[in-house]
Amino acid sequence: MSAIREQGGGFGKWWFRRGRFGASHALLVCVAITTLMPFSWMVLTSFKPLNEVQRLNPLPSQWHAENYTDVLNSKDISFKRYYFNSVFVAGWVTLLVCLTSSMAGYAFARIRWPGRDHVFKLYLATMMIPGVVTMIPNYTLMVKLHLLDSYVGLIVPAAFTAFGTFLLRQFMLTIPPSLDEAALIDGASHWQVYWDVILPLARPGLIVLAIFTFMGNYSAFFWPLVLIKSEHLRTLPIGMMYFDTVYGKQTNLIMAASVMNIVPLIVLFIVMQKHLVRGIQLGAVKG
Amino acid sequence: MTRQTRRTVVALCFLLPNFLGFLTFTVGPVVFSLAASFTNWNLMKTVPLRCVWFDNYVKLITEPEFWLYFINTAYLMLGMPIAIAGSLFLAVLISQRLRGMVVYRTLFYLPSFTAGVALLILWKALYNPTFGPINLLLEWVFDGVGLVQLEPPDWLASTKNVLALAVERVEIVSRQFGLGARDALIIMGIWTAIGGGNMLLYLAGISNIPRDLYEAAEIDGAGHWAKFRHVTWPQLAPTTFFIVIMSFIGGLQGGFEQARVMTQGGPAGTTTTLAYYIYTKAFEEFQIGYASSVAWILFTLIFAVTLVNWRFGSRYVSY
Repeated sequence: MSAIREQGGGFGKWWFRRGRFGASHALLVCVAITTLMPFSWMVLTSFKPLNEVQRLNPLPSQWHAENYTDVLNSKDISFKRYYFNSVFVAGWVTLLVCLTSSMAGYAFARIRWPGRDHVFKLYLATMMIPGVVTMIPNYTLMVKLHLLDSYVGLIVPAAFTAFGTFLLRQFMLTIPPSLDEAALIDGASHWQVYWDVILPLARPGLIVLAIFTFMGNYSAFFWPLVLIKSEHLRTLPIGMMYFDTVYGKQTNLIMAASVMNIVPLIVLFIVMQKHLVRGIQLGAVKG
Repeated sequence: MTRQTRRTVVALCFLLPNFLGFLTFTVGPVVFSLAASFTNWNLMKTVPLRCVWFDNYVKLITEPEFWLYFINTAYLMLGMPIAIAGSLFLAVLISQRLRGMVVYRTLFYLPSFTAGVALLILWKALYNPTFGPINLLLEWVFDGVGLVQLEPPDWLASTKNVLALAVERVEIVSRQFGLGARDALIIMGIWTAIGGGNMLLYLAGISNIPRDLYEAAEIDGAGHWAKFRHVTWPQLAPTTFFIVIMSFIGGLQGGFEQARVMTQGGPAGTTTTLAYYIYTKAFEEFQIGYASSVAWILFTLIFAVTLVNWRFGSRYVSY
């Protein structure tokens, strides 16, 4: 650390450095514990028998792993089905968003055409529009198209995002233009340049967009809530909400369901951590 | 066809899939909802559809509900500065090249990454006034220090608040002072957001500050606080500016999931935000016209706040 002003060295310097870092670590550990406490309570409670839920002691006297199988095999709630629906919908949306955004990003970043920057500004401006403004007309549109209560209704409206276009355009702008110029002179079509040159080079950006899109749609709440009426089409968040109303008193089962809900996210996060942190910084700092 | 036209056609082909979706699900709906806000449109079709011009807007501005829910929305945003300051503080601490930095960063980011219905349900259980671990712990502490007469707050079941706002009217009443549902949501919000995207943005901002600025400050004899005040803080101004704008945009349209999952907007409407109000009007009472007018007021508000931020903020972002 360049922050050491004492030039004396020796014990004084060592102590100064240790003391300050020690205090920082102590603070950070306190924050970490505060962050983790609700999570630990959730996990521990999910293993408790029902009659121990309301005790101050967070540890179960006996570990009841069958809470988890009870949730999975519950008659009122088809948890496995919700899992499938969430992953299925989020997967499709992610695929479509990556495709449409990268194509639009290519048009904005790699081809020069009249009016390009005006259209791009329109895209940017719409990122400020609150979701509630577009939700109501989109809902009535789904009513008209008879897409209420369907996978298509869940997937298609989410498949076009200004954010994805913005992110990938920013990313593609950093790729040197000489690359596609060379390919075009060699007789490659724009589609070939897009598919064989730009997409592989934009992979880090695509990965970030894919993670955010998947995560956001896996946890999406508003749209599935208003769109889905049938039980078998519910996604996890909606299923969780009804589970909470039906099993309201059985906190141990509800916590088991909550744990199962967030475990895929935690795994995704740990595996993808490096890409994600980079992506957040890239997407926003340049904006 | 000239090369220029050819290029334009190719570009439009690449843009088309996204642009069609963008027109159908974003631009079209925006125009449509503005038009709808001037009608009495009701999906239940109890009355014939007609244009009512500004009736919806006049009605909502003269009704007390709108203002109460606006106050709720603003109240819930009180946690924003605390969360932002906390994110900055954590980022400064972490960026000292401490050992285990990645571990801290991962742990702090966990709540915002897993945020959603599952965590809202978790907090609902944590806040339970009689059985929740928070109050069990508080009672245990009160007993331990001999303050048995102290009652822990009722959290999500209470209309009390630290500003002592009255229920269902715009007034301050001293017996309303305390911790209630809105404060519970603020505490939860700070817990969720403090180590989230904002902290990562600050971390990135700090790592972009040139080292020699600190070295120059040290030569001038600056201590830690002086270095923070005169180097870190001004250098981070663009990041802070961005975060504040995004937080305002998010905060003004926020509070929907919390209200829907945890409180149903209660008790006594104290956690009903504008976003939740729009939802109940549109999707529970099916008053599409009226809900659209509230949505447009909210949109205008967000737009105005962003403009003011821009005007006011960009004056301070200069180096």
